[in-house]
Amino acid sequence: MATVKLSNLKKSFGKTDVIHGVDIDISDGEFIVIVGPSGCGKSTLLRMVAGLETVTSGEVQINGAGVNEMEPMDRNIAMVFQNYALYPHMKVFDNMAYGLKIAKTPKAEIAERVQSAAKLLQLEEYLMRKPRELSGGQRQRVAMGRAIVRKPDVFLFDEPLSNLDAKLRVQMRLEIKQLQRSLGVTSLYVTHDQVEAMTLADRMIVMNGGIADQIGAPLEVYANPQTEFVAGFIGSPATNFLPAALVSGAPAGTTVGVRPEHATLTTPDHGLVEGQVSYSEALGSETLVHLRLSSDAAFTVRQNGMEPAPEEGHACGVLWNSSDQMHFGADGRRIATP
Amino acid sequence: MAGREQHGMVQKRGVGHWFTHLGLIIGVLIIFFPIWLAFVASTVTQPEIVHPPMPLWPGDQFFNNYRDALVSGVNAPVAKMLLNSFVMAMGIALGKILISLLSAFAIVYFRFPGRKVFFWLIFLTLMLPVEVRIVPTYEVVAGFGMLNSYSGLIFPLIASATATFLFRQFFMTVPDELAEAARVDGARPMRFFWDILLPMSRTNIAALFVILFIYGWNQYLWPLLITTDPSMNTIVMGIKQMFPSGDDIADWPVIMATSILAMLPPIIVVISMQKLFIRGLVDSEK
Repeated sequence: MATVKLSNLKKSFGKTDVIHGVDIDISDGEFIVIVGPSGCGKSTLLRMVAGLETVTSGEVQINGAGVNEMEPMDRNIAMVFQNYALYPHMKVFDNMAYGLKIAKTPKAEIAERVQSAAKLLQLEEYLMRKPRELSGGQRQRVAMGRAIVRKPDVFLFDEPLSNLDAKLRVQMRLEIKQLQRSLGVTSLYVTHDQVEAMTLADRMIVMNGGIADQIGAPLEVYANPQTEFVAGFIGSPATNFLPAALVSGAPAGTTVGVRPEHATLTTPDHGLVEGQVSYSEALGSETLVHLRLSSDAAFTVRQNGMEPAPEEGHACGVLWNSSDQMHFGADGRRIATP
Repeated sequence: MAGREQHGMVQKRGVGHWFTHLGLIIGVLIIFFPIWLAFVASTVTQPEIVHPPMPLWPGDQFFNNYRDALVSGVNAPVAKMLLNSFVMAMGIALGKILISLLSAFAIVYFRFPGRKVFFWLIFLTLMLPVEVRIVPTYEVVAGFGMLNSYSGLIFPLIASATATFLFRQFFMTVPDELAEAARVDGARPMRFFWDILLPMSRTNIAALFVILFIYGWNQYLWPLLITTDPSMNTIVMGIKQMFPSGDDIADWPVIMATSILAMLPPIIVVISMQKLFIRGLVDSEK
């Protein structure tokens, strides 16, 4: 059980600044997801907390104590890697027990802790197997088991599900969430998948080019994105952005953002903007209608799958509630709607 | 499983199949013939060898000749030479493996100033075979008083750029996350080396051991230079020393017995480590 605090954390590789100062206070038992596109520095941030990457400036605190200079083993953290990083020549049992063995834990206790972790993860019958004899999902569980047996203060997950197929990913996502709830261990979880971020996080950090653009609860971030980047990254399909000139009543010089799920189609000349349907994607429960606006900008409308989809080339207008309309300044930051 | 027919790649049947085998068998016989002759010569008496035609079937002197060779030999007992060769080959093989494992570990896993320079320096020595540096090496070994000693036989041959290079390549294929996972688990570098890197390299080590053991066993020039005392001779060069100088008569049965004996240890090593050896060359388990 632990709190984690990052204060103005920065990282540079040589002259290249990768992380430009991240601040967050993580309370005990909280599940934090760090989400962003590749190259945004999210993994680097996690690895600084782990102690695998040195801190250029700022401080990492675990339980109120600075750990910048500590080796990973002394921070009492456990990490789950993207490719699982299981020791290929060791049996599942030894993989899970290795950390405890090094810490000179008594044999009986090691056996007990590994057994109970194996039970929790339904790995009991695989304990005597080598990692290569396991499926991807099972290897993933072993990697988590290795983290659990050490009873760490903090769990660190580095894109743990990205090597699994889509179906298994959904299942493991649920298991990770349940596991974290029942163990109550403070967790940091890195992913580029916004669905994982939305479903797992108590709070999420949306990273963009080494900057934490927004930190907040998933629904709060979705409903109230602070920057154009966050509005575009969180939510699927992505938010439509239009120059203010196209939308009557929008403050001049801003960019207008409208989520596809907030827009509806209407007859020509009755919408806030006008366009032609370029193509529709019927997904069953919903239909994504892609439009080419008269100004040549692209626009996507998400409508219920039960509604009839307009034909290609069909001219129509697009409507939305003005309260759903977001405005972003030239610097990408949100401007309060007047 | 698909069926009993699937062993290996041999699927072809019929006359062509038998011709292939016939050709191979003849080839094996031709290659094996000199060794057979050597074996025959080691089981007969000296006059039988000298008088043509040379016998083609083993005689009754097997035990006498081999006992003579092992116990008394020509200059030194062959048993002693076998021991010398064994110590030298083991020392070179194990020493080379240990040193190159450690240096490859240092080069791959540690960032220290001059890392690249050291790597290229090691790599450069690949271009200097023993023969090129043999005079200065002799000077150094003589200066340390290591002539006629096991350390003199072993140490000058113990550094290996090839093995270092091989282990470096292997270590570079080991995912970084493994080292990081071990760090998170609390393993210090040497612990990681012993617990994880070494077991993962075991097939490579086995393959290298076979190659290096034979390399050490077959050393000729270096032991010839630095062992003047017959009791320090290795068996490969010892065979040459058994040849008479001047008008002496060569004791061919004993020399042939020694040759056969010299062949045995490498064969035993290859056969006993065959499985690991092939796995080490073919697949790398990651």
